[in-house]
Amino acid sequence: MIRQLYQRLLGPVTLVLLALTIWLGVWVTPPDKVQGNLVRLLYVHPAIAWVALYVSFGTATIASALYLWRRTRSWVADRVAHCAMEVSVVFIILTLITGSIWGRPTWGVWWAWDARLTSTAILGVLALGYLALRRANDDPTLRAKRSAVFAILAAINVPIIHFSVQWWKTLHQGATVFTSNRTLLVHGSMAWTLLISFVGFTLLFFWLLRARYRLEVARERVERATLDAALSQRQREGAL
Amino acid sequence: MIRVAWLVARKDLRIEARSRVLLWQVVPFGAMALLLSGLALGPAHAGDSSAGPGLFYLVVLFVALLMINRSQVIESTPGTRASVATLGLDPAGVFLGKALALAIELWVTGLVLLAGTVLVLHTALHGAILALPSVLVTLAGLACAGTLYGALTAGGEGASTLLPVLCLPAFAPLLIAGERSFSAALGHGGLWEWWVIVLVALVAYGGVGILLYGVLEES
Repeated sequence: MIRQLYQRLLGPVTLVLLALTIWLGVWVTPPDKVQGNLVRLLYVHPAIAWVALYVSFGTATIASALYLWRRTRSWVADRVAHCAMEVSVVFIILTLITGSIWGRPTWGVWWAWDARLTSTAILGVLALGYLALRRANDDPTLRAKRSAVFAILAAINVPIIHFSVQWWKTLHQGATVFTSNRTLLVHGSMAWTLLISFVGFTLLFFWLLRARYRLEVARERVERATLDAALSQRQREGAL
Repeated sequence: MIRVAWLVARKDLRIEARSRVLLWQVVPFGAMALLLSGLALGPAHAGDSSAGPGLFYLVVLFVALLMINRSQVIESTPGTRASVATLGLDPAGVFLGKALALAIELWVTGLVLLAGTVLVLHTALHGAILALPSVLVTLAGLACAGTLYGALTAGGEGASTLLPVLCLPAFAPLLIAGERSFSAALGHGGLWEWWVIVLVALVAYGGVGILLYGVLEES
């Protein structure tokens, strides 16, 4: 029942929340005192970065750890890790693009050698490396084990990205939604828009993950069917 | 574990001592790369000591990739992996042994390159000596990470080209921290924040290697 509801409602709810984010972000919320209309980009950039760094990469890492642990080892965990990493690549690229669009008028450059930007770009390359590693190994067990270890190694970069703004104090601003003692810095319609955006993009991740997972299962089924067909054809040729 | 590590390290170092690949191929390659880096800067800037740490670690990166590849190649001769697997050695020990051997090789090359940096790029000798502990720890971190990444790509399709793709982003925090602590030793900026990153990376890669190398050996 809950599963069916989840499958049916995930897509529509995601679309509604994203549409709501656009409507609130573009038409309802006021311009910022300092940034003016540029602030509207910040209703999507942090949410996309949240999904890229924590939700999708986190899902890939947890699924990889589950695969490596013998008790929870399953092909489902391997597939989830792979699919989450693919979605993560998309979100990391979007994070860099939206950040770059915001950075040009604010900082005067499309790209700066800032600690957070650089470490995020490194994470993107690591995620691409994960996909390259999967393609390099044909044996499914070998592929799953190696890519799971790699995902865990790559996850070391996530806390570096998170704390980079505190450790190095370069161009990228630190925490802007909450202060260090958990006091909310954003209020009213701006806070609601930000919250809806975070929920919307998180649901978008799960929607994309589900779609990609189903595609992967279908691909494996086709691969098996093709192999079976080739084998039976070989057997028929041998019998003649 | 320590006994296995020592055995594996000795085996790798003995192979290296007999083949002399490090002496006749890797060290000359590193020296040549360092010299070419100086040429790339041009005569007016080659003596600029502030470029020294960056160029040193750039060359270290090239050399490390060669040596990681080499460290895996000596395991890939027919039957070697199967023989090691049937011996039932502790995988954590195997990882530590291979990382130790690689670290020793990197330390030797690193010392030669450090001397080259002082000679060719005019890096202050006093600063280079102060930077030595951070260089040794950074190279040990690279050895741990490299041993893991080498095992990840071993035997795969296009392993030699995949290795740099995987290693470069993973090495980046270590190389940046190593370069900054080297620069700090030369008198440019604070030292300890970068030392912390180098140490954390060393412990993280070492810890992950001890825990997960067995999984890679299984596969």
